[in-house]
Amino acid sequence: MKKKILFSLKSPYREQLDVIGYKFGHGHKSIAIVGALRGNEIQQMYVCSRMIQELKKLESEGKILEECEILVIPCVNYYSMNLGKRFWTMDNTDINRMFPGYNLGETTQRIADGLFTKLQGYEYGIQLASFYQPGNFLPHVKIMDTGFTNAEIMKDFGLQFGIIRKPRPYDTTTLNYNWQIWETKAFSVYANATDNIDKKSADESVNAILRFMNNKGVINIKTSPGYITEIINESETQQIQSEAAGIFISLTEVGKIVERGTLIGKIINPFDGEVISEIRSSVSGIIYFEYHSPLINEKTVCFKIIK
Amino acid sequence: MIETIATASLAVNENLNIQKRRIKNGNNKTRLSIVTGTHGDELEGQYLAYMLGKYIDEHIELFDGILDIYPALNPMGIDSITRGIPIFDLDMNRVFPGTKDGTMIEVICSSIIDDLSGSDVCIDIHASNIFLKEIPQIRMSVPTADTLLPYAKMLNVDFVWVHESATVLESTLAHTLNKIGTKTLVVEMGVGMRITKEYCQQLFDGILNLMKSLKMWKGETNSIREPIISIDHEVGFVNSDAAGIFIPFSKFGDIVKKGDHIGDVVDPLTSKIVEKIKAVCDGMIFTLREYPVVYGGSLLARILEPVKGGDTE
Ligand SMILES: [Zn+2]
Repeated sequence: MKKKILFSLKSPYREQLDVIGYKFGHGHKSIAIVGALRGNEIQQMYVCSRMIQELKKLESEGKILEECEILVIPCVNYYSMNLGKRFWTMDNTDINRMFPGYNLGETTQRIADGLFTKLQGYEYGIQLASFYQPGNFLPHVKIMDTGFTNAEIMKDFGLQFGIIRKPRPYDTTTLNYNWQIWETKAFSVYANATDNIDKKSADESVNAILRFMNNKGVINIKTSPGYITEIINESETQQIQSEAAGIFISLTEVGKIVERGTLIGKIINPFDGEVISEIRSSVSGIIYFEYHSPLINEKTVCFKIIK
Repeated sequence: MIETIATASLAVNENLNIQKRRIKNGNNKTRLSIVTGTHGDELEGQYLAYMLGKYIDEHIELFDGILDIYPALNPMGIDSITRGIPIFDLDMNRVFPGTKDGTMIEVICSSIIDDLSGSDVCIDIHASNIFLKEIPQIRMSVPTADTLLPYAKMLNVDFVWVHESATVLESTLAHTLNKIGTKTLVVEMGVGMRITKEYCQQLFDGILNLMKSLKMWKGETNSIREPIISIDHEVGFVNSDAAGIFIPFSKFGDIVKKGDHIGDVVDPLTSKIVEKIKAVCDGMIFTLREYPVVYGGSLLARILEPVKGGDTE
């Protein structure tokens, strides 16, 4: 393992920001794994730290194949992490909306550029991603449909679901999108939690990434077979939105199979406790996203169900 | 008439309401919409909304048409000095056109578009951000320039910046409205979290002038300046490479020569100059950093180059 500073940025008031990468093996740039681009992505950083532990062991056992190089970047925006902020400390910009970056541009464009130059040329790219709303996900892998990455490759992770997302205009400045434009096959792995650590999902994500590496001939280990991944379009998943605002109580959990009409949550008046809305599943399927915060506004996605 | 054009329930005993006021007089059906407050840290438009509405109220007999004023598309952002929508940390100007069956913000954005569409002209007023001060200017993308330039010239701004279109900007209010045929001009002026009265007055004069040409205004107008249009000019960007405190030597609106020493980035701990800031080209400083703390990459100034072979106007 080689620990390297990939990019540095001076700060007027804090220790220099050093984006650290951990390299394993050498030769063909096989896989790059990126963790926290945002300050609240603790679980994403944790999954990377666990990957580094695994890869250290595999390297010492000689199980990383010849001519394969793996790069892991656990955390980019630890400045914000240390302050409990999500986006860049000074101007609140999102590094994951700055790709491919610009080395003469604004600060977060420079960070994105510094990072992206080191991330180019890898055959596969894996980003540990998070969702903008508080919630729990069934661990799954997602690709942005740019026409470059074959969705079938998602099966090599052996996660229960592989989801295809049609990019929207604001997706065009994300790491995942730009990786593909620069010809890296890019995947986003969602490991359930964001600002807290969920060990079980972290285990599942680590196993999925190891399985993927094994299937791609980067490492040589015995892995559990995992799921036969079901590939679906994001537009085919059923979103259930709150019809009222108040205190949100979930009556189910991710991974549960529900029937059409099942009561899966309720919203109560925050002052007098009256139930003001019952949330019922509009389809039969499996819950793969669950809103997770005590308060909920109207028209907020509270569940996503795969039919 | 005050109207709520979009509403949504918040978790605890409150609704998020987007409001507009309609001022209507005479038989002219021409409709001008003034919209602002998409970014909660930009306040220049608040004063302009106030002064325009007040002036028309006081001279209603000279007004013929429909004026819609939407002072706060992002009221929660203004309330909490947050640029984006506070609950979601989302830039509202990346959510348009929204969808009718989407999430709360998507539905609100969709209602805003529905309400604004059909305006003869719409002016979307922004105020830079808390970091930079901008000379009153209108920004538009190349594909919209043919349609929008004649209107931009009426608005009494100093500068019209015609820029390349970018995919990410397809989710802005202005792009969405222009695409469906509602002519929308984006004004950037002043600085975040402050009101610059002279700029509000300048744009106010421009709006009256525009209303006159739309036959909505029968009263007096002041003379209008001719804007510099960026098509014949280059824009030079001055970014900091060092981290520290930016101390400008040049003033906003100054004409500088390439290589002129326009400021320093200094370190308050060592009392050393860490970077001498030079002008990257000849021209006028039309953007200048207001917020002193800088990182590598922080934008310090933008300079508008003079016409090739000519003088800066
Ligand atoms: Zn703005």
